[in-house]
Amino acid sequence: MTTRLFGQKITRREDPRLLTGHGRYVDDVSGTAIAAAFVRSPHAHADILDIDVTGALDIDGVIAVWTYEDLPGQAAERLPMLIPHPSIVAPHTGYALAKDHVNFVGEPIVMVIAKDRYIAEDAANRIDVDYSFKEAVVGVEQSREGTRIVHEGMDDNVAAHIVQKVGDVDSGLDSAPYVLELDLEFERSACMPMEGKGVVASWDPGEGSLEVHSSTQTSTGLRAVLAAKLELPLTKVEVITPDVGGAFGVKINHPWPEELAVACAARALETTVKWTEDRREHFISSAHERAQTQWVKVGFDDEGRILGLDVKFWHDNGAYLPYGVIVPLNTSTHIMGPYVIPSFRVEYWSLYTNTVIVTPYRGAGRAHAVFMMERTMDAIAAELGLDRTEVRLRNFVRDFPHPMGLRMQDGAEGYIDSGDFVASMARLKELVGWDDFESYREQARSEGRRVGLGIACYIESTGAGPYEGGHIEVETSGRVNVWTGLTTHGQAHATVFAQIVADELGVPLDNVHVSTGDTRKLSYSVGTWGSRGAVMAGNALHLTAKKVKEKALKIAGESLEADPQDLEIVDGMIQVQGDPSSSMPLAAVSVLSNPLRYAFDESARAATQFAKESAADEPSIKGGEQPGLEEQEFFSPVRSTVANGMHAAIVETDPETADIKILRYCVIHDCGPMVNPLVVEGQVHGGVAQGVGGALYEKMAYDTDGQLLNASFMDFLMPFASEVPHVETDHLETPSPLNPLGIKGAGEAGTIPAATAIASAIEDAERIPIRSMPLDPSTLWHMRTSHREGDNSLSRVTSPNH
Amino acid sequence: MKPPPLRIHRPTSIDQTLDLLSEHSVSGKVLAGGQSLVPVLNMRLAAPSDLIDITGVSGLDELTVSGPEGQQEIAVGATVTHRQVERSVDIARANPLLAEALRFVAHPAVRNRGTTVGSLAHADPNGEMPMILALTGGSVDVRSRRGIRTLSAEELNVGPLETCLESDELITRAIFPALPAGSRAGFDELARRSGDYGLAGVGMIVDVEDETVTGLRCGFISVTDIPEVLDLGEVVSGTQIDEVAGVVSRVVDAVRDFIDPGGDIHATADYRRHLAGVIASRLFRRLCRTDNARIQGAQVHTAGNDAGNGTDTGADAGSGTGKGIENDTGRRRA
Repeated sequence: MTTRLFGQKITRREDPRLLTGHGRYVDDVSGTAIAAAFVRSPHAHADILDIDVTGALDIDGVIAVWTYEDLPGQAAERLPMLIPHPSIVAPHTGYALAKDHVNFVGEPIVMVIAKDRYIAEDAANRIDVDYSFKEAVVGVEQSREGTRIVHEGMDDNVAAHIVQKVGDVDSGLDSAPYVLELDLEFERSACMPMEGKGVVASWDPGEGSLEVHSSTQTSTGLRAVLAAKLELPLTKVEVITPDVGGAFGVKINHPWPEELAVACAARALETTVKWTEDRREHFISSAHERAQTQWVKVGFDDEGRILGLDVKFWHDNGAYLPYGVIVPLNTSTHIMGPYVIPSFRVEYWSLYTNTVIVTPYRGAGRAHAVFMMERTMDAIAAELGLDRTEVRLRNFVRDFPHPMGLRMQDGAEGYIDSGDFVASMARLKELVGWDDFESYREQARSEGRRVGLGIACYIESTGAGPYEGGHIEVETSGRVNVWTGLTTHGQAHATVFAQIVADELGVPLDNVHVSTGDTRKLSYSVGTWGSRGAVMAGNALHLTAKKVKEKALKIAGESLEADPQDLEIVDGMIQVQGDPSSSMPLAAVSVLSNPLRYAFDESARAATQFAKESAADEPSIKGGEQPGLEEQEFFSPVRSTVANGMHAAIVETDPETADIKILRYCVIHDCGPMVNPLVVEGQVHGGVAQGVGGALYEKMAYDTDGQLLNASFMDFLMPFASEVPHVETDHLETPSPLNPLGIKGAGEAGTIPAATAIASAIEDAERIPIRSMPLDPSTLWHMRTSHREGDNSLSRVTSPNH
Repeated sequence: MKPPPLRIHRPTSIDQTLDLLSEHSVSGKVLAGGQSLVPVLNMRLAAPSDLIDITGVSGLDELTVSGPEGQQEIAVGATVTHRQVERSVDIARANPLLAEALRFVAHPAVRNRGTTVGSLAHADPNGEMPMILALTGGSVDVRSRRGIRTLSAEELNVGPLETCLESDELITRAIFPALPAGSRAGFDELARRSGDYGLAGVGMIVDVEDETVTGLRCGFISVTDIPEVLDLGEVVSGTQIDEVAGVVSRVVDAVRDFIDPGGDIHATADYRRHLAGVIASRLFRRLCRTDNARIQGAQVHTAGNDAGNGTDTGADAGSGTGKGIENDTGRRRA
């Protein structure tokens, strides 16, 4: 009996290749390509008066210098608004190369193509751009004031605005014995993958076709938009995603201006052109996330049960809105979290500023939602003098599926389809030692130490549609080739998808070979984002494998003269159930599945025309059938499945220096049945690491002129391994009813509540309300001083109704 | 992030190096470890026409402790890496302050390439080693076609990122005096992350005779423009080492009064001033503990916890015994 691979801690099969330097990233596949470099705006807000490129033209090795005027046809139109949404009132996107105006420091204006990148940068340095300066709009406060306007022709800076409601929040708040208000802030950060963006575009003049390698999260999406922008037949454009050195959301936006400009140049110059983003470019011209200003008003009863929740938030979306409002929309639809909120209203404004655009970063708006809800839960507990876990328990959703009453990012109604929050909380308290903490705090205090315990719960809609596909082919050797259209950037797809397929086909894992992100093989796909890879492609491949198996058993049934229903596949052999004596290899079925004229090898003889004893008076391929043991299938869910989890953190704050250390970090995580617990834990650990960054280190320090002051790894601080605590995990596996495998997404889970759990712990240690993250020692030290002068309550009661 | 065109010269002797420096004195730059220079080149913040790579020059790799007992000197040649200095047992014995401070210089990967003399020439007020040179009363030997001169730290450092070196001059080696018998030395800083520039850092030498403090000198990183030494001998002299608690506040006040920190995106000036005082206070108490008679940095850290974990808060995160609260398997379990 073959052991089921689903659920096994199988080590990542891709690691030996990647860890021994055999990974192949975009820059590695560029061969003899010529290189592009970009002249970028040094100003946050300006009109372009003149561009003088003459200084660049006489540099030996310069091949072309392009400004907006050189972009052909559709490529000169604005970049697409990828995800239209009813809340968007003023959709503005940029151009591949700036036209007349620049709206953030880093916006590309001129593309220089040269023999190599060194020369291209030399030439770019010789190009003079004349500007007429305008005042920059930086930060939420300045943007919502509206005295300075980012985009000409607008009266304010509002890109999107919407009110969403569940029940009647006004009467909910009116009826509440207690009402609290919280003002909250969340800082900007960014994905910062180790490999930045990159593109290699190759034009074949004979075929009139374009082949693009890109470090993207959606090869199909990029293919479609490049075909449209270059006005090429879709069949003449292919996009291949090789190994990708991390993405975390930033590579889902497409096309990036550089992807489009470089593709146009490859066609115009009839050659191969590459652009590899450097770190400074990544800081100032890719995407950021997370800046929001938030206001929460909550009404609750004596028991801490929430009766009404009214939320307003202002989201800084940067200069343009190519990826729509996914980030604020996710924030708005995740605020209620794992709780029953009888009445809820959320209103958001997504605002233009003269800063880098904002697109999803791991968590994609959900971390902001958790910050609002969980800071509120702690404030309620403080107000009523209740244990923080008790307040949460009293508000948890207990019946599933639980309708959320809101339309999610996939366009479907949101439901919490599965989970057991009470059980998760019990496990978290056990893991972290919640009930013993006060004695620990006392002991620490006696040693002159200050410690705090924090908590944050979250839900996450994962595995959004519309669909994902699988393609499986069994070669005559028994080798199983697996394709899915979505891309891979660290998710262990070569391992987990192989586990799913090997289980269904009854073949050894080593026989299964997974490829992703290549439009030449599977041109229907959406992409890898939103914790959807395992849910969507995993289920698609599960369904595809079932089809392959069905076909294999049918063919084998004819050979073995058995009913396919009585057959099983064990270790690559198809046999009558319980009777290994009547069997044939899956490889042999593959041979038989493809009737041959020519016997290319010994095994192929079995499929040739004289292999059978007598002539069959029917076609070799019957109606409705296809040659080969090869199938394609798609999975499309009704709605997103909602994963959940709870984090607890113990921090120590130095009474004198205000240095903040994380002593312990505990995670209870429910993503349904785990395909590979090792991979899930890796995702959680990595997610927490990025969450720690958002909690204690990362911010985008813009000055009032819109200059990013920390656009390098020297001053933008991401946690090192030495700053990331050991992450202790425990898993609950409540299956989702929304897909055949019952799985829920896990990719973003670790990041979403981390900053909030740490905020909760710092508040617990310091007894100072924490309303803004990230928090550094200097800021905390100043907060201590100002708090000493102010009040000591952890909440602000504005209208105690009793 | 590519440097503009430049020529690289690879001399093999000091003479050749000095010739090249003389020839390219207008726009030449010495390249040793490159840990500060190369990023500056790639970001096009500097554009020297000629780089003179000294890593192949013979006679610059000296790393010795010499001289009679009590007057020993540590000589560190221009191509000696931070890591070599940090890991030298002889140096740790002669003056443990060097290794103690070096563990806060970036990360091992950087220390494997970066040179101690390169740090002195770079003269970054955030850098640990210029301060250590000043605090220990060290000097540098400087050569050019025009001659040889020896400069004290005070003479060398004229401003932030600015030395008195002429463009044709090369620091061939640095000399750090050994720590005198009876003196105790320590270094500490708090950085945002392990290996980052300290928000504030303090180096300290306490002279003790017969259980009585006879001298106290402090140097600072990130809170002064140049590595000046604050001599607090008058404040503390005559205090019994088990009674220093009574003078700590005067030490802290003097430190906060002496320094002149600036604010930036990582910390305000006020915080840095406060922090420098806290670090000085903790360091002074630590060095005066009676069980600290022979210098605690004497053991050489060669492996393991190398990252430099900021201030010693006296509260080791992993060592609590809180009834299952602290996970005593800690990171080892990972």
